[in-house]
Amino acid sequence: MKEFAMIIVGAVLVNNYVLSKFLGICPFLGVSKKLDSAFGMSLAVIFVMTLATAVTWPIQRGILDPNGLRYLQTVVFILVIAALVQLIETAMKKYLPALHQALGIYLPLITTNCAVLGVTILNIDENYTYAQSIVNAIGSGLGFMLAMVLFSGVRSRVEAAGDRIPKAFQGIPITLVAAAIVSVSFMGFSGIVDGLFK
Amino acid sequence: MADNQKSNLAVLTNGIIKENPVLVLVLGTCPTLAVTTMAVNGIGMGIAATLVLICSNIVISLLKKVIPDSVRIPCYIVVIASFVTVVQFLVKAFAPDLDKALGVFLPLIVVNCIILGRAEMFANKNSVLKSALDGLGMGIGFTLALLCMGSIRELIGNGTWMGINVTANLWDPIIVFLLAPGGFLVFGSLIALVNHLTKGKGVQRKEFGCAGCPSAAVCKAARKEG
Repeated sequence: MKEFAMIIVGAVLVNNYVLSKFLGICPFLGVSKKLDSAFGMSLAVIFVMTLATAVTWPIQRGILDPNGLRYLQTVVFILVIAALVQLIETAMKKYLPALHQALGIYLPLITTNCAVLGVTILNIDENYTYAQSIVNAIGSGLGFMLAMVLFSGVRSRVEAAGDRIPKAFQGIPITLVAAAIVSVSFMGFSGIVDGLFK
Repeated sequence: MADNQKSNLAVLTNGIIKENPVLVLVLGTCPTLAVTTMAVNGIGMGIAATLVLICSNIVISLLKKVIPDSVRIPCYIVVIASFVTVVQFLVKAFAPDLDKALGVFLPLIVVNCIILGRAEMFANKNSVLKSALDGLGMGIGFTLALLCMGSIRELIGNGTWMGINVTANLWDPIIVFLLAPGGFLVFGSLIALVNHLTKGKGVQRKEFGCAGCPSAAVCKAARKEG
């Protein structure tokens, strides 16, 4: 249990995917304007990250590694994720229309989201077991959600400032500067895993 | 197709200044922020992405009549992923230090929206030569922007440039510039600078979203609903 707790706390707070590993910056800055869309996008990311890990880990360890095909990792993973996202979308539309209404619009964006491909590759690089990989995927997704939800609050204050922002900084630059400040707050968590569990 | 009338030189220089992928189109933010802790890493990432960009642009331009329109995005992804794998192994073999520094961002060139974006917006409409030049120009633009970011962060955060000691002995470097917040701050300031110098006309993307990315239509739908 302890190792899983360590992975979750590490993935959510210390090595936050968005704010310290710089994975998934596009949706983080693109869909964080409103709280509900930030929440919906993060739910879709958690969902796809977990499923993608559940599928790619057995492929890597069961098919690619034993047959000496490690070099196909990048090609296979991205295709599996693309197919998986398409499959989830189709299945959701048919069987869970309510959920599709809420998450469906975010699903196609996720294929080219580097956080999803990133988590599947990092799970292999870190030599995690199957259970650890799944937990890491959920934790990373939760970290993405925490960053998105916190940042959407900051964003709404920044938007409210409107024309009081210096002209050159309006739009993208001020968003990035705000992200820098949110990211500083996450630096405070470094070392928390050692402090809690060792 | 206005692009067809452009001279080869204009295609090449387009990506370097007028449509710089990082500072004007604001694409490929993830690697821009992540690998630019040192100027050398920025150049390495830039060259790796340039190689992939040129090769994938050439192949996609060659295959533009063969690939059916409805499955073009998966086809592009396969082409790009293959070249990324080649580059990944070249870097592993000849520059192991760079491989360590770039880490997961080397395979993640696959999902770099600059490359997919150029395939969708340029290579599938233009001749092979023009596509190759466009790839080269965009790649140089990407590399220069990364070099710029990397130089600023390395100089302020570490007191060195390209590993050469510059100000490290004069005052204590501000380490936070090497960490995540510094990346966001320097990138934001650089775009603000471009905005200021061009009086707001330079930066073409006013908002984050997925404009310029192949899934742009979906993005717009997402923003409307959200």
